[in-house]
Amino acid sequence: MAKILVFTETNKENVKSVSLEIVGKLNGHDVDVASVGDIGAEGVAELAKHGAANIHCLKGDNLDEYTPEGFANALKEFISSNSYDYVFAGSTPTGKDLLPRLAGMFDAGMASEVTNFQFDGDEFQGTRPMFAGKCLCKVRIQGPKPHFVSVRPNALGLNESPTAGAGNKADVTASAGEIRAAIKEIIKGASEKVDLSEANIIVSGGRAMKNAENFKILDELAEVIGATVGASRAAVDSGYAPHSMQVGQTGKTVAPSLYIACGISGAIQHLAGMRTSKVIVAINTDPDAPIFTKADYGIVGDLFQIVPILKEELKQLLG
Amino acid sequence: MDFSYNTEQQEIREQTLKFARNEMLPNASKFDQSGEMPLEILKNAWELGFVNTCIPQEYGGVGFTAGDTVSITEGLAYGCMGMNTILMANDLALLPIVIGGTEEQKKKFLTPFTEDYKIASFCLTEPGNGSDAAGIKTTIKEDGDSYIINGDKMWITNAGHADLFVVYGTFDPNLKHKGISAIVVEAGTEGIEVGAPEKKMGHRCSDTRGMRFNNVRVPKENMLGKPGDGWTIAMKTLDHSRPMVAASALGGAQCAYDHAVKYSKERTQFGKPISNFQAIQFMIANMAMKIEASRLLISKAAWMLDNGISNTKVASYAKAFAADSCMEITTDAVQIFGGYGYSTEYPVEKLMRDAKLIQIYEGTSQIQRMVIAKEIFSRH
Amino acid sequence: MNIFVCVKQVPDTETKVVPNGDGTFIETNAIKWIMNPYDEFAVEQALLVKASNAGSTVTVVRVGAVHDTEALRTALAMGADDAILVEGDDSLDSYMTAKALKGAIEKSGKSPDLIFSGKQAIDSDCLQVPQLLAQMLNLPSVSVVVGYEGDSSKITLKREIEGGALEVYDCSTPAVIACNKGINTPRYASLPGIMKAKKKPLAQHSLADVGVSTDDRRVVYSEFHLPPEKPAGKKFDAMDEANQANIVKEVVGLLRTEAKVI
Repeated sequence: MAKILVFTETNKENVKSVSLEIVGKLNGHDVDVASVGDIGAEGVAELAKHGAANIHCLKGDNLDEYTPEGFANALKEFISSNSYDYVFAGSTPTGKDLLPRLAGMFDAGMASEVTNFQFDGDEFQGTRPMFAGKCLCKVRIQGPKPHFVSVRPNALGLNESPTAGAGNKADVTASAGEIRAAIKEIIKGASEKVDLSEANIIVSGGRAMKNAENFKILDELAEVIGATVGASRAAVDSGYAPHSMQVGQTGKTVAPSLYIACGISGAIQHLAGMRTSKVIVAINTDPDAPIFTKADYGIVGDLFQIVPILKEELKQLLG
Repeated sequence: MDFSYNTEQQEIREQTLKFARNEMLPNASKFDQSGEMPLEILKNAWELGFVNTCIPQEYGGVGFTAGDTVSITEGLAYGCMGMNTILMANDLALLPIVIGGTEEQKKKFLTPFTEDYKIASFCLTEPGNGSDAAGIKTTIKEDGDSYIINGDKMWITNAGHADLFVVYGTFDPNLKHKGISAIVVEAGTEGIEVGAPEKKMGHRCSDTRGMRFNNVRVPKENMLGKPGDGWTIAMKTLDHSRPMVAASALGGAQCAYDHAVKYSKERTQFGKPISNFQAIQFMIANMAMKIEASRLLISKAAWMLDNGISNTKVASYAKAFAADSCMEITTDAVQIFGGYGYSTEYPVEKLMRDAKLIQIYEGTSQIQRMVIAKEIFSRH
Repeated sequence: MNIFVCVKQVPDTETKVVPNGDGTFIETNAIKWIMNPYDEFAVEQALLVKASNAGSTVTVVRVGAVHDTEALRTALAMGADDAILVEGDDSLDSYMTAKALKGAIEKSGKSPDLIFSGKQAIDSDCLQVPQLLAQMLNLPSVSVVVGYEGDSSKITLKREIEGGALEVYDCSTPAVIACNKGINTPRYASLPGIMKAKKKPLAQHSLADVGVSTDDRRVVYSEFHLPPEKPAGKKFDAMDEANQANIVKEVVGLLRTEAKVI
């Protein structure tokens, strides 16, 4: 049984879901959790439910907001005094920034972006994608301990039936040390839509949209899931959408993680522009439409009926 | 024998292709349709050193070898054969100055092209004389300190935008090639009349016009070489320019081939990618062979130039073979794309239209064979 | 100012990646190598800083194997002043790479004022080296930087986080800055630049020269394999209004649990 620390980010109340995924996956080991800043009762309960034994909230001057050096210094002190074998964290923007620096403080190795892992006795063995997912490989860590691991969010999934841990919460006094790079302000994400070619989620409409006004149901769906709206050439040529929204051979080439094609038949010109999307959902009344050959999830149905249901369902899920 | 590129050559090839892919290719269709000169892209290309590659270092050029030059041309033509024509026409016009000009003429006429983006035109062809270039009718007459030029020119690339023209004329049409002379005419000289842009099948973003020289008075010091040297200068120019033109065909062919390979892997018929069918495989294999053979011929023609070996025959091999191959390859690319290939939404029909011109300009494919045959029979 | 830029050479994004015979790495024979795209932003930023700070020099450093193309030559052609190549395998781990970069920078004899790198290399996607290097050199670092303003003593950096939000950092120098797309538009290497690059100094060291040995390996990769084929899509008939709600619910569930995209 290895002695493991999971670093979690906190908004003073809750913790990130990736932390629960990691803690749940580590059932059977001696798992502590550490955060910089307080965790509320709800967060503590969740962590305990998934298997956390001790929950340490590090507090001290200059630790209210994230700084790479402040957080790393505070955690270093804590980790050293508790001699952990492993330190895990989610591969979030903060985790990605913090963990390598922390690993460097111990001259220790770190496995990045792990999507799955197991322990052979006390020895960690992970799997991770490389070359933008074109290859997978096994990863092991050697050299001085603790060993560091960052885990990609949503990859492990939540443990459905975790063994609960004690969930003893304690505050720890920590010191931020010297901070040479400090946040002076945070600029909120621009409300304007992300450009199609950069978008992580795209909702696209085709000829079956029938007119420009109907695109508002796609706008509403996009609003719920933070998507950008696109269109097929047929829709653009018919004047339902401007050319700047066109996805395909003579439009934009896109590669979002989710592409929702509504009323698009899937002409080869369109497929050329979106075939590298990670996951494709197609909604079309024609069960033989070529788009279904590319879709991971095909819904044979009327987009005017399906899209509003989809919007409500997603709204509920994403809260 | 060494077929590899050194580090700089490799870098030159990669940077040119990167520029072609990122800046030219995405805009090629737009300018093909509008027929406008893509001045911003051309200027950008000039700033990065892709233009006027023939200008020697002494006059502000980079000092490229012929080998470098064909690599650059191949890359630019990959982005758009039409845009490349505009850029290559500068070299065609400046080469006679590099080859036949005095120190003074080179300084005066070449250096400005290294200081700002300027455009030049090579004026040889006439309405009645294309392949039979030695029969040109444009006259040059002596008048005190000047020459007076009179005559019509046809299919002059860049004519509407040129800052400088290199004009071929004759002191006496009866002297045939022995009377031909080349003379530099600066834009704005009185008597230059430029016609309307031609409406063309391909290379539509390049500016092609008829011209009239109407009592155009030019100082005598603008003559390249002596009166009557023009034909020799023109022939030497072609030894340099034909490998470049061949390289432009190669760039276009490579582009068509890349599109065809990609498409044939994506397009599914009868339940599998069409690249699984032998009919498609054979077309692709033929394309690949012709491209490789073109590249070898072009490299050899350039290598001969760089090593001071007469390359007239090999330059013609390269020009004819690469241009004919480009036509075949682009035609097959359209065939592989089927109906989509015939649509302007896909890039290959433009390549097919552009390819045709390379079999025609700078000596048709038939003229190249005449040159080759003449070289064969006059030496054996 | 002494400005350093760390660059890596990676397989072209369009290259087909396949595991090698014994699964210890990928097949590198037929690969076309390019400068890591994020490193182009780093080179450009270094050149921009140099342009506004007279007397500055830009040194590019790379750790990796020698191939046909050389990212360092590209950086020199873009305008960097000199280059350092530390020759090593392409499969070094982040710790060894960072240690080699540190060794190379120290060996140059120039004390760094700014060190730029890309936010990640698109081959191993570890996102470790900039922060590790900063830690090893005891410098502050800011990663995923999309905005840079500064003078010689203090810089202001914008770091991109979730949802396009930006953290604005005040950072003292020297510092390590890992650049993301959006910070600038990298220039092309001009052809005269390429010819000039030929004459620029390129120092070459072995890993041992910069103090790295096999004992420094911290992470061992093995069993490289291709990801499983994407399974055939699932199709649901929702023409009948009665079952539309259930089908949509199911698809949304699959998007979360199976496809993991929402």
